[in-house]
Amino acid sequence: MGALSAVFGAEAVGEATAASGWFLENAWLIWLFPAVSFLLILLFGKRFPKGGSEIGIFAVGASFVFGVATAIQWISEVEGGGSKGAEGEYALGAGALSLAAEGESSGGVSAVSRSITWLTNGAESIGAGILIDGLAVMMIFVVTLVSLLVHVYSTDYVAGDRRYTHFFAFLSLFTASMLFFVTASTTLQMLVGWELVGVCSFALIGHWWEEKPNSNAALKAFFTNRVGDMGLIIGVSILFFAAGTFDVIGVNEAALNGTMTHTVTLAAALCLTAAVMSKSGQFFLHTWLPDAMAGPTPVSALIHAATMVVAGIFMIARLYGVFFEGYSIGGSSLNLLALIGGVTTLVGASLAFVQNDIKKVLAYSTISQLGYMVLALGVGAWTAALFHLFTHAFFKACLFLGSGSVSHAVHSFDMKKDMGGLRAHMPHTYRTFMLGTLALAGLPIFSGFWSKDEILVGTGGWGFFGGTDANGSYTIMLVMGLVTAALTGAYMTRVVYLTFFGEYRGHGTPHESGPRITAPLWILGSLAVVAGFINFPPGFQLVPESWREKFFQWVEPVGVSYFPSIKHATPSWSLAIVSVIVALAGIAAAAYYYFVRVRAVSPMATELPNGPTRRWVLARAGHSVLVNKYYLDWLYTRVIVGFVKGPLAKGTNWVNQHVIDRVVNEVGTRSVQAGNVVYHKVDQLVVDGVVNATGKISDASGEELRRMQTGKVQQYAAIMFIAATILAGIFIIVI
Amino acid sequence: MYLNTMLLLAAVLFCIGVYGVLARRNGVLVLMSIELILNAVNINLVAFGAFHATVVGQIFALFVITVAAAEVGIGLAIVLLLYRNRRSINLDQVDLMRG
Amino acid sequence: MAEFLNDWGLSLATFLPIIGAAVMLLIPKENEQLHKLIALATSVAVAVFGVLLLIQFIDNDDYGALNFVVDKSWIDVIDSRYIMGVDGISLPLMLLTMLIVPLCVIYSWNHFPEPRNPKAFLMLILILETGMIGTFAAQDLILFFVFFEVVLLPMYFMIGVWGGENRRYAAIKFFLFTLFGSALMLVSFLALYFLADPTMVAGELTRTFDMRLLPDAAAGIAKSSQVWVFGGMFLGFGIKVPMFPFHTWLPDAHTEAPTVGSVILAAVLLKLGTYGFVRIAIPILPEAAAEWAPFIGLLAVIGIIYGALGCLAQRDLKRLVAFSSVAHMGFVMLGIATLTDFGINAAVFGMVAHGLITGMLFFLAGSVKERYHTLDMTRLGGLLVQAPRMGWILGFCVMASLGLPGLAGFWGEFPAILASYNPAEVLAEETFRSYMVVAAVGTVLAAGYLLWMFQKTAFGNPKDEFANDPNVKDATFSEYLAWVPLLILILLLGVYPQLLFGATDPAVVNSLSECLESATSEACFDAAAGQ
Repeated sequence: MGALSAVFGAEAVGEATAASGWFLENAWLIWLFPAVSFLLILLFGKRFPKGGSEIGIFAVGASFVFGVATAIQWISEVEGGGSKGAEGEYALGAGALSLAAEGESSGGVSAVSRSITWLTNGAESIGAGILIDGLAVMMIFVVTLVSLLVHVYSTDYVAGDRRYTHFFAFLSLFTASMLFFVTASTTLQMLVGWELVGVCSFALIGHWWEEKPNSNAALKAFFTNRVGDMGLIIGVSILFFAAGTFDVIGVNEAALNGTMTHTVTLAAALCLTAAVMSKSGQFFLHTWLPDAMAGPTPVSALIHAATMVVAGIFMIARLYGVFFEGYSIGGSSLNLLALIGGVTTLVGASLAFVQNDIKKVLAYSTISQLGYMVLALGVGAWTAALFHLFTHAFFKACLFLGSGSVSHAVHSFDMKKDMGGLRAHMPHTYRTFMLGTLALAGLPIFSGFWSKDEILVGTGGWGFFGGTDANGSYTIMLVMGLVTAALTGAYMTRVVYLTFFGEYRGHGTPHESGPRITAPLWILGSLAVVAGFINFPPGFQLVPESWREKFFQWVEPVGVSYFPSIKHATPSWSLAIVSVIVALAGIAAAAYYYFVRVRAVSPMATELPNGPTRRWVLARAGHSVLVNKYYLDWLYTRVIVGFVKGPLAKGTNWVNQHVIDRVVNEVGTRSVQAGNVVYHKVDQLVVDGVVNATGKISDASGEELRRMQTGKVQQYAAIMFIAATILAGIFIIVI
Repeated sequence: MYLNTMLLLAAVLFCIGVYGVLARRNGVLVLMSIELILNAVNINLVAFGAFHATVVGQIFALFVITVAAAEVGIGLAIVLLLYRNRRSINLDQVDLMRG
Repeated sequence: MAEFLNDWGLSLATFLPIIGAAVMLLIPKENEQLHKLIALATSVAVAVFGVLLLIQFIDNDDYGALNFVVDKSWIDVIDSRYIMGVDGISLPLMLLTMLIVPLCVIYSWNHFPEPRNPKAFLMLILILETGMIGTFAAQDLILFFVFFEVVLLPMYFMIGVWGGENRRYAAIKFFLFTLFGSALMLVSFLALYFLADPTMVAGELTRTFDMRLLPDAAAGIAKSSQVWVFGGMFLGFGIKVPMFPFHTWLPDAHTEAPTVGSVILAAVLLKLGTYGFVRIAIPILPEAAAEWAPFIGLLAVIGIIYGALGCLAQRDLKRLVAFSSVAHMGFVMLGIATLTDFGINAAVFGMVAHGLITGMLFFLAGSVKERYHTLDMTRLGGLLVQAPRMGWILGFCVMASLGLPGLAGFWGEFPAILASYNPAEVLAEETFRSYMVVAAVGTVLAAGYLLWMFQKTAFGNPKDEFANDPNVKDATFSEYLAWVPLLILILLLGVYPQLLFGATDPAVVNSLSECLESATSEACFDAAAGQ
């Protein structure tokens, strides 16, 4: 059965130390479990006592265990210098998939890759498979852990929902798609995973689609992502033809070894950046993220904080060869990627100030932190970006789930109207929220401090007592990062005050949530504290050497042919101190405003009645710009979409009906008219006229000739005589 | 005898006969004129027969006389019937076959 | 068995439906149940035949060449022979036809449109099936033309008798417009016949209509003539695709046609045009194709954007889906216009995918019409509340239609865009790369109109008008039976596209002239002509 048999991708093996291990090679099971669970929940979920959530939890739990095992195997490979796995080419029997060690390595451990033929086109075969290395393993860990905690959380949060089973089904599908995405070995698979997580996001944001604002938000999310996806499709196409393959490793190698010209690499990088901008909420395609908060809170925590929105970050990290070369990240002081990241951090942080909805604050905060990650990638601090992804996933998920816990109690997300003083009523939520806040603000020893600091150092803009030897000197980005750090502290202080301090402004009796909510909160809160310890900077004297830079060693692919050789900035205590001071300054300013001034007005107050925005026109104008989200939504929804959907579409339809179709119809009516003319004028009058005329002539001549018939014999005789005479004459004369 | 004289006689008789046929209203007179025409032809025939010293002319004339007789018989019968029906033999009034 | 299939398989598959129709002719019109059974039996038998042919095809394992070839003399006076054969390009389309028709019969089982008359309706479907299968199997130009035209009349009657309010206008427009194109196409075929070099057929040197021999025979035609001949075929096929600006018959035909008519029209009849390009126009006249390709690409991308914009302006659900067909066929034509393996593979896949997906969408539209008695989207809403399964299926089809990876539609769109980046050597890269960008914008617009449609139809709460209407119930058994095969195929082909690409790829590689890929096309074409 020629068509249906899979062609096996056997790759030549060079002098490489390939990682090997059963879990590493069968990591495709990791996404298979949730995918199967999706189908099972859809088909049978309703029959289960807990509405199918059992299947979901079991599947994601299995993926998590598997993921941890894979991680352990990978770490042991890295620590052990890689096992001498694949030497030479071999296929494990006719029916097996062959193992491949990709690329040459010098001292590093290269990824494990397996593939099958997905399709053939033009007599070329395009494969699909898995690519497991430190990056993938880290993502798997994050995704499965957060997903598992969200699953458990949801069993309480979404209980009694009209579409409980459906919710868990899509959570499973999302987890499966995300895992498929992070284990992808080809850009084509990444495209598939990318879009699939987009669909899940659409379905989950619009979970309560009966209400129009929710379905609008879902459409907006999908649509904005689609705009960026144009960039993804074009970028993948460019890379395919420039590198000759969809294979991630092949693409990276082609970018790094000069097969692809700089222009092409830049073009591809730009297109992919567009995709990242929409998926990872970078300015100016970020507008869907705050609206996505219309979905249930667990969804916001999982998808729009920890996992899906970091898909863009992951993609840049995966295809870093393309980006590093394309944007010439090494040795410069400004590039587009870093700029976008920097602007996003500022925009996100600024917009977080004017939100009354706690989830929207966290959404803008996420945008801001994603900006940090993109900024880090833009300045060449690859590990810093991913480390921040790692820590951010935990503390942001903690914050989101905490806000969900709060809303579960007060049945609202509006801080100003319905919250306040919850510290006393909800101690667990308060404490975990504080842990998350401190991590987000970047205070030592919390995880956010370590990761954010590494980013700031990585910009290479500092250079005093450390911070040297980075990939470039991106001073502007450093400034942006520091300013945002201050803003972050400030807006989170505002949130904390409005939610947990002061007096309760709502109407019910809030109480702490059950264990299925608080347990995940504590787990995440603890991770928010300790996750940073996985990557102590080099030269950190307080811990033994073997404890330092673990994350870096395990995740960054050093010394392989598919990763650029990037520099790593030396850590700087001075910068760390400065960043902490900046963050504290932000916190202090906000604390002063709220804890002192606002509270002085009244315990129930939420803002100063005569505050800056009321007194100063400039502040008010700035405030309204922020409230209107920099008028971007107005631009997108009213102007662009409104134009396309309204005048442009209607205009096109008008052209279609009245111009093009008019031509067709005119041809029709004119033909009919021509037919009429031909019939009435030509046929009836002329052609038929001739026919009729012949008749008339006969008739007329007959009338005339009739006069000869007088009935008189003598006349007839006379005629005969004359005729005879003439004939006789003719006879005689002629003949 | 001189042929010319005979022919002249025949011609004169013929013309008188034609005049009678065409111009007179009396039916019997028209029949008589027809007889005159036929007899003129007879004279012509006999004259030429004698001129060429052959009997053919006279034989032909006999035929003509026979036909004339038959024709007069029928003609007179028609005129008689005409008179019986209309009490007049004015040919101008007989135009029932007018088209 | 293999022998039997090789000799008789295609002819039987083609003519069995019309035999079924003839049998139905003899049975009086009152025996509705018997008519339905005969129609179902015939179409299922043809489908079974299709499966047998597929198995034998896989067994033969020669996807690039024509299988099951039949070559008998037919009309000797004009050197037209009865030649049939299928390869990797025609077989999937043929199987699509054989799948859709029984599903249509099943769908119609209890839902005949007014005025009823199952006998006539089902007979017309069967005659259509003969025409469609014959077109895909024919390898002689005159035979192809005959089958190509055979499908016009039954569809005309289906629209004109069983259609909506404006059916007379729509039916006549469809018929005359398409016929006009076909007339020009026939002129082109005749031109090919007369201009091509005579070739050896059955032992003697003669002119021929044989599609297998014409690529070589036509190589000697002067380029200027080739361009004109291609133009005639372009019009004939292009009107059927339908390409902008010849598309205006489609919205009316689809809106007024009965559900099953729309399904067949969208799923198969539109493919006749694009199939003609892939099978006839491009292989036989590659030089002219290279000349025309930028223009075709331009019209294709205009169609993508134009169709999408037109969709956004519609209130009628069926009309929206009709315009979406214009947009989707734009992708197919873009793939064809690139004249590369990638592009044409994408086009063939897109044809099959579009057939499945848009066929499903029209089925759904028909079901919606039946329940709500209206297709006005301003009045619809809340389908997911009242008929959740149907709403789900609509959502699935919406996702498939906008080209979500993992479902069949993606493999029709993405490779087309991919191929536009790197078109055939003889074509200008910049032109096609700009087409690529426009097509990518088209995917965004596709998401726009489809999601907007879905939001209006399925999300939200039902409007007061229909909120308590008992008529609005979920999918029935016969509907499920008709839909499930299509849904499974959409998913299957999306997840494992090799199922289709494995068959089409060898055939596409075979059909494309190597000259299209060579850097110096002029010399290559001249050299080829000189051989």
